[in-house]
Amino acid sequence: MKILVVGGGMGGTILANNVARNLKDELKSGKVQLTVLSASDKHMYQPGLLYVAVGRMTPDELYRDQASLLEPSIQFQVDPVDQFMLDNNQVKTKSGKIHSYDILVIATGSRMWPDSIPGLKENAEFFYTEQTAVKMFKRLREFEGGKVVIAMGVPHKCPMAPLEIVFMLDDYFKERGIRDKVQLHYTYPIGRVHTLENVAKWAQPEMDKRGITYETLFNLKSVDGEKRLLASEEGTETNYDMLISIPAHKGMEVIENNKLGQNGWIPTDRYSLAMEGRSNVFILGDTTNIPISKAGSTAHFEAETVGANIAALVRFGAPVRKYDGKVFCFIQAGSEKATYAMFNYTLPPDPKAPTRAIHWFKLAYNKLYWISARGLL
Amino acid sequence: MAEKKLIDARGSFCPGPLMELIAAMKMVAVGDEIEILSTDKGSAAEIPQWINKVGHEYIGSHEEAGVWHVNVKRSK
Ligand SMILES: Cc1cc2nc3c(=O)[nH]c(=O)nc-3n(C[C@H](O)[C@H](O)[C@H](O)COP(=O)(O)OP(=O)(O)OC[C@H]3O[C@@H](n4cnc5c(N)ncnc54)[C@H](O)[C@@H]3O)c2cc1C
Repeated sequence: MKILVVGGGMGGTILANNVARNLKDELKSGKVQLTVLSASDKHMYQPGLLYVAVGRMTPDELYRDQASLLEPSIQFQVDPVDQFMLDNNQVKTKSGKIHSYDILVIATGSRMWPDSIPGLKENAEFFYTEQTAVKMFKRLREFEGGKVVIAMGVPHKCPMAPLEIVFMLDDYFKERGIRDKVQLHYTYPIGRVHTLENVAKWAQPEMDKRGITYETLFNLKSVDGEKRLLASEEGTETNYDMLISIPAHKGMEVIENNKLGQNGWIPTDRYSLAMEGRSNVFILGDTTNIPISKAGSTAHFEAETVGANIAALVRFGAPVRKYDGKVFCFIQAGSEKATYAMFNYTLPPDPKAPTRAIHWFKLAYNKLYWISARGLL
Repeated sequence: MAEKKLIDARGSFCPGPLMELIAAMKMVAVGDEIEILSTDKGSAAEIPQWINKVGHEYIGSHEEAGVWHVNVKRSK
């Protein structure tokens, strides 16, 4: 039996390790083969990009060799998939190889889409890739004062990042001793400063305390680089000296090209995580169309469910678990305090006020990430 | 011909039904309708507020067994 995992990020890595441990004997005897195909030989700790953007981490600290994170029984190849031939249970890779499978898992993630807004790509700073985070940091270092505007599109991965970056910027400018020369202006698409009501309840007074101004119900429409002016769908305008954006996201191009889902989001059953209409194809992480946070923890919990189900399918032909929508997100509130939100499809989140203790735990988790990717946490 | 898209945002706390709608609005054509399902009472008020502010059309909403069905149309 052949199990094929496409994508070696958070979801694909945890899933593959989970299956490898669950089906140790079957892999050893050759009854099962487990292959991971990815686009890179490196694995990036994406949350670290936030720290790179404000000079607290260097890019080399973000990476590990992907092969070192996978159980030795997993066959790992850096050869991205170009074509999904789901009717034949096959994929074709960039190098032209055809891989057949009995069970397929797709976890190719998502990417920012700055082209979704006219003028955004040319005029804003971003921090969702290594190259843009480094560029943003260089630009910040040269910045001597003026209005910094933070604006986002939807959907975007990591729903906590908008708040995290604004508080980190506040600390950054304070540390440089130029906070009084900088107006930090935060915008948000819906009618409060964060989509989670309880998070918005502490974040708004925190912004007031720090002198961060904000405009809610602000959805990016266009950016005029010459006039340094942002226009919103809601009809308002805001000028800026430096624009920092988390643009709307899309799934990967390969998903769109193969028509697996509009904008690269694959229609996925929210409980079984099977691709709609396909009982042997499972979807994990950012690339599902499930209306929950696109976050590493989502990919992690989904991978645990699918891992258990694949093992059960191999052993006795039926899945054993349902995904309950569980998400756990740390929320860094500046450089010294943090909190977290945990929720699922039925239990709403109830985050508490940020504390130093949770901040230290989050710092520890930054290191523990690699253990978590190995599927040991 | 105008189409109708269904967004099942039941159990969505984060990003939440309104954020799902904002994203979906860009994926449909002008004149298309969207029906959004939500288990969050707040969205029945929040969605029309945003729709009216931006200038799309709010068609109406009703509740059925704890699920709000909110109907809107993309108008620009
Ligand atoms: C700045 C930032 C901060 C974040 N902070 C947090 C946080 O604090 N907490 C949190 O939980 N999440 C956070 N996230 C989000 C988190 O990193 C992602 O949600 C998570 O990595 C999604 O996992 P995934 O497996 O779906 O995709 P990814 O981890 O992105 O992996 C996708 C994989 O697919 C591979 N791939 C792509 N195309 C192909 C192809 N054609 N064929 C084969 N392989 C392919 C890629 O090489 C990659 O290995 C943050 C993200 C960013 C950018």
